[in-house]
Amino acid sequence: MKTAEEIFESLKTKFSEAVITLITDKPVEAFIEAAPMEIDKVCLYLRDEEGFEFNSLMNLSGVDDANGEKVKDENDNEIIKGGTLSVYYHLESTNLKHKITLKVSTDRENPEVASVEEIWRTADWHEREAYDMFGIKFLNHHNLIRILMPYDWDAGHPLRKDYQNPEFYKGMKVPY
Amino acid sequence: MGLLDKQFTDENIIITKVDDLLNWARLSSLWQMGFGLACCAIEMMATSASHYDFDRFGVIPRPSPRQSDVIIISGTVTLKMALRIKRLYEQMPDPKYVISMGSCSNSGGPYWEHGYHVLKGVDRVIPVDVYVPGCPPRPEALLEGLLKLQEKIRNESLVINKKSA
Repeated sequence: MKTAEEIFESLKTKFSEAVITLITDKPVEAFIEAAPMEIDKVCLYLRDEEGFEFNSLMNLSGVDDANGEKVKDENDNEIIKGGTLSVYYHLESTNLKHKITLKVSTDRENPEVASVEEIWRTADWHEREAYDMFGIKFLNHHNLIRILMPYDWDAGHPLRKDYQNPEFYKGMKVPY
Repeated sequence: MGLLDKQFTDENIIITKVDDLLNWARLSSLWQMGFGLACCAIEMMATSASHYDFDRFGVIPRPSPRQSDVIIISGTVTLKMALRIKRLYEQMPDPKYVISMGSCSNSGGPYWEHGYHVLKGVDRVIPVDVYVPGCPPRPEALLEGLLKLQEKIRNESLVINKKSA
């Protein structure tokens, strides 16, 4: 078993640039924030290195931090400019019975994160969901298409905080 | 007037109207499309099972829309599903009926405001004959809905009146 501090120290020596901070001041278990373009290397290391052996990606989820500037668009709807979108990774080692949470934040206007789909097959659909709901692009994902919304949905990504539902979809009225 | 007026008084002959006979036959064997969407489908399956026994009203699930008389929209109709439901409905032969089961398919239900993916009522894509309220409705409520549909069919006329046509 390894604590979040031990995992962080090890990652810090291995990836001095990529692993940014260990965050302990939140009312949740400590988690590690990493760089979005290096997360695949960090994850591969955590999976294969003896002593870590994170063989299971329990969950991968997108988050709209909504920390940008709130402005009005031409139709007087509030939209968010700038800020970040985040992806959280919950890892578990079923051999060593320890867990760790990773976080990456990426630019809201052009959200790009390295895919971990090659590392854990679980990530395939999870990343598609994060793409569908938040528009986060996972680079090197082999099939990054919508998974829940219709394939031809062109009204944006519904779980973004400034999402506006369209009036109509294929002739069907959408609002109540 | 009922089907069994003068029953058996004229040496085993029943006198009735063609409409009544056809309607009685149709409403007594409403074959439903084997189709479920969400938690309402669990209640619909319970209604089909031995305790509530949908079959006593002649309701049998059919695996094809082409063999079905009624489709029970039992659950949340997403925008993605709505297109498929419309296609299934169009594949059913006339005369065909729709029972909208539960709040979701009646009006969007709990998804009425923030359900970005939910159609706010299946009647936006296909015509509904009977609405069954509930979230989900108990099997008794679905049975009541079926009886309402039978009542509707009993008062229909499939025979074309040539004078008025």
